[in-house]
Amino acid sequence: MTASSRLRVEGLTVRFHLPDATVHAVTDARFEVRQGECLALVGESGCGKSVMAHSLLGLLPGNAEVTGSAWLETRSGPAVDLIAAPEEVLARTVRGRRIGLVPQSPATHLTPVRTARSQLEEALRELGNPESADDLAVRAGLRPADLDRYPHELSGGMAQRVANALALAGDPWLILADEPTSGLDRPLVDATMAELRRLADEGRAVLLITHDLRAAERVADRIAVMYASRVVSVAPAAEFFAGPRHPYAAGLLDALPSRAFQPIPGRPPELTRLPGGCAFRPRCDRATAACERTPEPVSAAGQDVACHHPLDHPMELDRHAAR
Amino acid sequence: MLRADGVTVAYDRHRVLDRVAIAVPPGVVTGLAGPSGCGKSSLARVLALLLRPSAGRVSVDGTEVRRWRHRAAPALRTTVALIFQQPRLAVDPRFTLLDIVAEPLRVARLPLDRAERLAEEMGLTPDLLVRRPHEVSDGQLQRACVARALTLRPRYVICDEMTTMLDASTQALLVGRLEEYRRESGAGVLAISHDTELLDRWCGPDSTVHRLGPSEDLPGE
Repeated sequence: MTASSRLRVEGLTVRFHLPDATVHAVTDARFEVRQGECLALVGESGCGKSVMAHSLLGLLPGNAEVTGSAWLETRSGPAVDLIAAPEEVLARTVRGRRIGLVPQSPATHLTPVRTARSQLEEALRELGNPESADDLAVRAGLRPADLDRYPHELSGGMAQRVANALALAGDPWLILADEPTSGLDRPLVDATMAELRRLADEGRAVLLITHDLRAAERVADRIAVMYASRVVSVAPAAEFFAGPRHPYAAGLLDALPSRAFQPIPGRPPELTRLPGGCAFRPRCDRATAACERTPEPVSAAGQDVACHHPLDHPMELDRHAAR
Repeated sequence: MLRADGVTVAYDRHRVLDRVAIAVPPGVVTGLAGPSGCGKSSLARVLALLLRPSAGRVSVDGTEVRRWRHRAAPALRTTVALIFQQPRLAVDPRFTLLDIVAEPLRVARLPLDRAERLAEEMGLTPDLLVRRPHEVSDGQLQRACVARALTLRPRYVICDEMTTMLDASTQALLVGRLEEYRRESGAGVLAISHDTELLDRWCGPDSTVHRLGPSEDLPGE
């Protein structure tokens, strides 16, 4: 682990046991989120990224079996393993205090019958934070007068900032944003991303979970790609968008309207019936017999890629061209 | 041509649309852009003949809609299909995906066998068609909604933020399928989105992209 690591996920695996099947929601996930950075976790709907977020907060239902570890650094004292920690510890010291959640759809996350101020003051009181609601609002980019409004009187962007202020009430050092831009229009997406960037620049660590690659591009320092329950690639954002090495990541980028606008052929496998080996193999034009073995993540040219046949990195292409 | 002229929609004292005119010609994609809350969805509902405007006229291929209660007559409504932003709010949660695709056929008392083929063209395999909405992803559910919209072969298809909730690959797939239908049937498509990059790509250089400005509050009494 690097010195600046705030969250280190190691071998995190989540299974849901149903009467007639087992859902492989997260398999052997490994990544870290560092101080002052935003890591975006991207992937198609149903790939397991929200389950991963909920497992870090201890919010999974009772039929979930979670193994592996997720070490959250603390300001003083030893790191906490979010997976092994008892519910009491998570409730008293983690949720809201060390990890702040920026929710999906902030307007519906707020209680409609109380003003923003009353909700913010309650959070500050419960978390024992002596700061005033006004100060917190200003830090989240609101005017104190905005707090006297009810949620339906707030614009989408202001509701987002109230949700951010709530997430900051416990002065957390990891911010977990789960699809915070779903259904927002582009100016609001940009405003939300700017807020998350500011939180990272203040020295917090931000884990952004999203299906929106363009939103991720605006804010993230590094991009982690999840496919069929596995993290298949982790790469610095600039290199990821310039030259993704995992074929699935390349396919996702090619689907953007600003690029080829072509879907990836086929569809993702069911999480109840994952094929052995590389799960992307049936949709991949680079697949060979080697792909029947599960690829281990390999670090090369700054990108961690779990693939037997990764694409050339643009730097390597440059070197070829120079020869 | 699907047309709205001088259409005004107001909810209480908030005027969402003020004398808006738009034409959706057959055979091409027309774009409609604008920020959140500018009235894009209200205009979509008016054009889909599901919402009677406070003022103004709507016509389909020269036939003016005269008999609204709150919606237009069913015979006219089947000429225009609407695809919604949130598929989960647009389906009956008790239906299987096949029921969802076949619903317009059932209402129109037509043979149901067409539904399976349409669903298959959307990449919905038989194992998915027997499932209910809570057992599939948003992307799979939206595929069923697109198949449902095309079941009665509408002359016009209105896509209201159809792919906002979806990942890039599913977006490209759904837009590609609608483009196939448009080319093969000559239908007119109205693509509504706040994503101008998507509209530019979908509509192409020769199409019209309309822009709606922000809506306004009416002056008080």
